[in-house]
Amino acid sequence: MSGQIGNQPTPPEAEGPLLLDIAEVSKRFPVGKTGWLSGKSHSLVHAVDDVSLTLARGETLGLVGESGCGKSTLVRLLARLTDPTSGSIRFGTRELSAIPAKDFARDPDRARIQIVFQDAGESINPRFTAADAIADPLRQLQGLTGDTLRQKVEEAATLCGLPLELLARFPHQLSGGQRARVGIARAIGPRPDLLVLDEPTAALDVSVQVTILQLLVSLRESLGISYVFVSHDLNVVRLLCDRVVVMYLGRIVEVGPARAVFDAPLHPYTRGLVAAVPRLDGVRADALRLVGDPKSPIDPDPNACRFHGRCPIGTDRCGVEMPELRRFAGGRQAACHYAEEAPA
Amino acid sequence: MSAATPAAAASQSVLDVTDFSVEFRTRAGIVRALDRVAFSVGRGETMALVGESGSGKSVTAYALLGLLDAAGRITGGSARLEGTELTSASPAALSAIRGKRAAMIFQNPRAALNPIRNVGKQIGDVLRRHAGLGARAAAAEAIEMLRAVGIPDPARRAGAYPFELSGGMCQRVMIAIAVATRPALLIADEPTTGLDVTTQAVVMDIMGRLAAETGMATILITHDLALAAERSGRIAVMHAGHIVEDAPTKTLLLYPRHPYTRRLLAATPTAAGNLADLRSIPGNLPDLRRDDLPPCRFAARCDRRLPACEAPMQWRELEPHHRVACWNPA
Repeated sequence: MSGQIGNQPTPPEAEGPLLLDIAEVSKRFPVGKTGWLSGKSHSLVHAVDDVSLTLARGETLGLVGESGCGKSTLVRLLARLTDPTSGSIRFGTRELSAIPAKDFARDPDRARIQIVFQDAGESINPRFTAADAIADPLRQLQGLTGDTLRQKVEEAATLCGLPLELLARFPHQLSGGQRARVGIARAIGPRPDLLVLDEPTAALDVSVQVTILQLLVSLRESLGISYVFVSHDLNVVRLLCDRVVVMYLGRIVEVGPARAVFDAPLHPYTRGLVAAVPRLDGVRADALRLVGDPKSPIDPDPNACRFHGRCPIGTDRCGVEMPELRRFAGGRQAACHYAEEAPA
Repeated sequence: MSAATPAAAASQSVLDVTDFSVEFRTRAGIVRALDRVAFSVGRGETMALVGESGSGKSVTAYALLGLLDAAGRITGGSARLEGTELTSASPAALSAIRGKRAAMIFQNPRAALNPIRNVGKQIGDVLRRHAGLGARAAAAEAIEMLRAVGIPDPARRAGAYPFELSGGMCQRVMIAIAVATRPALLIADEPTTGLDVTTQAVVMDIMGRLAAETGMATILITHDLALAAERSGRIAVMHAGHIVEDAPTKTLLLYPRHPYTRRLLAATPTAAGNLADLRSIPGNLPDLRRDDLPPCRFAARCDRRLPACEAPMQWRELEPHHRVACWNPA
């Protein structure tokens, strides 16, 4: 990073070695022994369907989409908390998809992928002090004890701007912003290469959100961590992320540099999503509205676009031919038959 | 903030709140949650009440409708809904007003709806209680209300239970319940928090359309300044139980005068700009249990503080319809 805070284009080593390379990953969950329409056949929820993406070292990737689009399942897959139904997850030079999540918990690489969960108040053990919470992964994953452990805990807390005198407190004695800092300190303690952030600022007021986002930027610069940042807030994703992945009903519909995607979306779903984000300069009269709800993720038609039916520009073709992700100029991809190059 | 002269005194104001104060008696002391809050909302107007969590936005709504819990009480001021004084109204009088002349939409629609009654009946309940309709007429009108809030296939959906509907659908049912009796005032407390932005846009469109059709006044309580910017005609900014600035939306966003409003705007991630340009607000809300609360509750966090700030707060009307509670506005 060039000393500049925020996402400037051209992440360092964009062409360099990939940290994470996910190829054709799918995750299906069986539902009920008897689907209520399909007699006795096993129905499957296609939570994540044929997703491929890459993450360069030092890059920040945003993951956006409505609730139920498979963001959280994808995050759990790439953090190896759950096992994919099919596909490959390559972390550095190692293939992780074949290692069961149960065994990965004791794998030496466990420490290299860490997660910051949505609500630190809910995800920190209420009987752990801040120091215990930060020490736990260091103890479990790196076997640290005694003075080394204490030193590492204090180092992580300092990096996250958490005053050391707060380390003896329990989560309920901390403010929302302080709890968020504990959640981040806990995750960076083992010095991961990849940090997955699942809506880390969703529960915070804007002024606290700013300090947490700026903390994330400074950690990214000082520790060289790659981030996968999941958020509902497109404004935040735009400010923090180099690239963004837009998901709809388990599939990737658009990928590209964050600013390009939000300024000139290629996919009609992304257009609807961007148009729905409130802006300080007031509502646009011509704003596109996505009406209706997504289709059911249970046994979706493999030959129809998932967005078909809700799409403002869809045609009969979309009902019989699943659009593949196509490449566009500027490192962009979109999965729509009717996506066109943005006019230069 | 004495001698409050609410700005934008619309020709037909639906709600007039003056010097409205609320306290909570707790074991840890008296929490001065609202201090001389004053505003008014006119017919067909949407006023947004914005501020950080703990600023008193929801307490204002709950206190107005007599929904405070036992520890809370209104200690002063007046709130008149179409001429009826709410602060001195009996519980029976208030319960006749709630749901009929003033309605409220809550944050979490799934929790606010009755989980074991179908949504058609829940809309019908309000109509039978407040509009005097019979069971059959209420059921028919409930279906019409579901249609009005844009729920497809309303006749079938009237038989659905909340768990069978998505969050956005449930919030539309809440809106249908709230507006079924054509209230003069609708208070929407964070109506779209927890909904996806796409759903939020649709729900807010529906609320805006119904307000325009029926001429009801709307108070939109939100922490999202951008949502307020899009959906309100006027914004009142709250901080620690005070309204600190109140102005037409465009004016407030373009020419904010209170230091807190400026700070809040500077912390809001907008569509443009850079993360480095965002500024957090120093300090925290003051502890409202303190006996020695300063006259200006923002003073400790403020970079424009003057010795004059020790004087009791007063509203200053900088321009017509733009008032600010600050001795040194920017």
